Amino acid sequence: MAVCIAVIAKENYPLYIRSVPTQNELKFHYTVHTSLDVVEEKISAVGKSLGDQRELYLGLLYPTEDYKVYGYVTNSKVKFVIVVDSSNTSLRDNEIRSMFRKLHNSFTDVMCNPFHNPGDPIQSKAFDGIVSGMMVQTG
Amino acid sequence: MESLTLSDVEQKYYSDLFVYCDTDNTKKVASNGRVLDLFRAAQLPSEVVLQITELCGATRLGHFGRSQFYIALKLIAIAQSGLPLRVESLNSVKDLPLPRFVVGKNEAEARHAALYQDTDSQGLYPASAHGVIPRPPGRGHQNKKGPPSSTSLPVHEVIQPLAPSVESQPEPTSPVVSPHQSPPTSPHSWRKHKRQHSGGNADRPPVVAATGAVWTQFREPQTGPVSGDGMWSSHSPPPPGQESWVSFTADTPPSSTVPAMHPSSVQESTTIRTVASAATTNEIQRQSSGYDDPWKITDEQRQYYINQFKTIQPDLTGFIPGSAAKEFFTKSKLPILELSHIWELSDFDKDGALTLDEFCAAFHLVVARKNGYDLPEKLPESLMPKLIDLDDSAEVPEPTADVGYSGSPVEVTPNKSPSMPSLNQAWPEMNQSSEQWETFSERSSSSQTLTQFDSNIAPADPDTAIVHPVPIRMTPSKIHMQEMELKRTGSDHNHPTSPLLAKPPELSEEAKLPASMKFVAANTVGDGYSSSDSFTSDQEPITRQRSQSGTSPEALKVVAPPPPPPRPHPSHSRSSSLDMNRTFAAATTAGQPQPSTIAYPPAVPPRPLPTQTSVPHTGHRVEAEAVPGGGAVLTTTSPQQIPQQPNFADFSQFQAFAASEQPSSLPEVDKHSEAGQVDKAPEGAGPLRTVKSDSQVDERTSTTVNSAKGSSGPLAPPPKPIRRRLKSEDELRPEDEQHGPQKSNVIAAVLATQPSIPRSVGKDKKAIQASIRRNKETNTVLARLNSELQQQPKLSLEALTCRRTLR
Repeated sequence: MAVCIAVIAKENYPLYIRSVPTQNELKFHYTVHTSLDVVEEKISAVGKSLGDQRELYLGLLYPTEDYKVYGYVTNSKVKFVIVVDSSNTSLRDNEIRSMFRKLHNSFTDVMCNPFHNPGDPIQSKAFDGIVSGMMVQTG
Repeated sequence: MESLTLSDVEQKYYSDLFVYCDTDNTKKVASNGRVLDLFRAAQLPSEVVLQITELCGATRLGHFGRSQFYIALKLIAIAQSGLPLRVESLNSVKDLPLPRFVVGKNEAEARHAALYQDTDSQGLYPASAHGVIPRPPGRGHQNKKGPPSSTSLPVHEVIQPLAPSVESQPEPTSPVVSPHQSPPTSPHSWRKHKRQHSGGNADRPPVVAATGAVWTQFREPQTGPVSGDGMWSSHSPPPPGQESWVSFTADTPPSSTVPAMHPSSVQESTTIRTVASAATTNEIQRQSSGYDDPWKITDEQRQYYINQFKTIQPDLTGFIPGSAAKEFFTKSKLPILELSHIWELSDFDKDGALTLDEFCAAFHLVVARKNGYDLPEKLPESLMPKLIDLDDSAEVPEPTADVGYSGSPVEVTPNKSPSMPSLNQAWPEMNQSSEQWETFSERSSSSQTLTQFDSNIAPADPDTAIVHPVPIRMTPSKIHMQEMELKRTGSDHNHPTSPLLAKPPELSEEAKLPASMKFVAANTVGDGYSSSDSFTSDQEPITRQRSQSGTSPEALKVVAPPPPPPRPHPSHSRSSSLDMNRTFAAATTAGQPQPSTIAYPPAVPPRPLPTQTSVPHTGHRVEAEAVPGGGAVLTTTSPQQIPQQPNFADFSQFQAFAASEQPSSLPEVDKHSEAGQVDKAPEGAGPLRTVKSDSQVDERTSTTVNSAKGSSGPLAPPPKPIRRRLKSEDELRPEDEQHGPQKSNVIAAVLATQPSIPRSVGKDKKAIQASIRRNKETNTVLARLNSELQQQPKLSLEALTCRRTLR
């Protein structure tokens, strides 16, 4: 269960960011912002070596004592960032991958919507639903 | 359950509701039916309702006692306010507004009243504003004041705002309608949009407004977030004696009005009034008819949608690309966000394009939205595209999803049938086509890749489909099958002749075959298959043959599920399947592996390769087959199919594959039959005879083969049949026994049929070549038979001597 989920556009501005409301949102926004650097670093590193063949799932970007940050980049340089609670040790890598996959699928559906302009903030309810499903269920 | 503390207002309200639900007058238990209706009227998702019932303990008890009922109502209020359902929150949440329930009955009355209102050209809102309906425009104002920030206004606060807006609130009888949206959070935004939007609707045709007015009146109270609450709560204080508003019928905005809206809303205003009146009558009727699926599309609506679809995409089975749809729906002046949501709902297969069904659903949602309906969270089942095979799966979840906004799932379900037929009736052709398309794709997906490929080809080119099946096959296969059966059953030897004799008539059917194949091609795979079956009346072999032709995707498709059709072996392809049949029969009886035989390449020129492996044959056969058809596809199919139905005569292929197969079919058929017959011959004398006969046969056959080869030199495939013959001869040797009469019969039949073949087939070059080959094969067969016949007396003599010696 994620604590915060963010979708960042190619130009590194947020398309969608959602955190569990009970916690300090600003902190998460800041975390996501700093994680972008790590994402860029990973993208550029892999890009050189493998060219186009880049793993979409970036894995753990960086951990702090409170939480872990995972990243995922699409081929169009849209980044997904998931922040999970460190105390939630039951979350395995596979689960994170599946979460990203779901996010990606949902994001694709949003993009397919002709009424959605790429670059606009994501306002799809379906997308919201999926994200909510992934977020930590607070009371 | 924990004890519940209710405020006075709540107490009164709840007790009223309980009384309403207490149809049995037990004063203790609320009837489940009423309670469920009530809960549905709360416009909450079904899961929430279930959760509520569970939390309140009703599921435990099995019924709703007064306390359970009160708890449930409180939970409903909590849920409607957007707070998570928790037992603790029952008492902890303060200032919770009263639960809101959609009331249908009173609204209906209001609607009627509104109908006869003067309708002005104002937008929906304004129309409603001056509507007779007691719905105060004030409400609209309230709404426009902005989204009520808190859903959980304290009850007392809720009441207060009512005071200023009382201007028109003779609402005691007009039931407060709660917002339809189930999720408490997003509705606000939607409502906002709606409000704003409807404000912008002023330019809409007046009548639309008129009918819309009815709607909005109906809806306004519903959508007004706080105001709705306020209205609602305002009723709570009113004397509990007011049963009128309690007696909600769980009727959501009548679908009838929505449909009525459609034609009017988007079209000119001229006929709107009549439409409106018609709509009202519809409403009334619908309401009287009981719960209706508000999202059902009526026929006139659907017709309208179809027309609109045609303006964008003339082909009703085609797609509207997303960009075109975007332009079209943008014209409706709905906010992009809502249009985006509508798109999300209606693009069922998420392909970025709208089919006719999806388009109708989207259009319906647009109209509904324009008329004040809030958009559902999930696509209502009546709007689900029905023409997809996902129907069953799609329909199942819908009723539950509909609970939130449409009301009673139970009633929705019965409506399924009426709505379904209506939808399906309107689209019989669509159904068929899409079903066909669906089955097509499904089948292709389920079958092997080859078949998929073929299937792609088939519809595109019915001619090839026809060609591939090659009617010629019919004959051999039929004969083939009959022979096989005969051999198996051990029937007399004369039978082979009958199949052979039957060739001509079958060959004459070749003409029919193309027709049948065409028919097959024209129809969907399934139809084609069945039709071909019925047509040929030959039993499966022919059908199998057809399907086997590999080139006919349909056949392949059909066949895919069943074992691959008769393209048994490469060698088999061009040569007579009869031969193959014999070989197989021999194989089955003798238990010898026949693959090598089967693998005879159809090549005609007699090559002294008695030991052709199946591989080369396969290869050759593959080539041959590949010629007509989908190249790789066929290649893959043939090997696959080869093992399976060796019994099919490939006569059809002869014609189809000019270069390939050939005339050898008949002679080979003979051989096969001979082989089969041989099998049945007494084996006792076999060994003795075989030695001699084999040698003789070998000599003669080789000679004949050689001669045949030489004669058939120019034909590329020709060599193969001969090879095949050699092989079959090889195999026949061990089994060579009394051929005699059988062979002669066979040969006679072959000869008899052969000449007819070319004639019936046609004059094209392929036919001629095929017939030439056949003749050659026949010659060789005859030669062989001669040799064997000559041996027979010797064999019999030997047999006699053996027996004598034994005695």
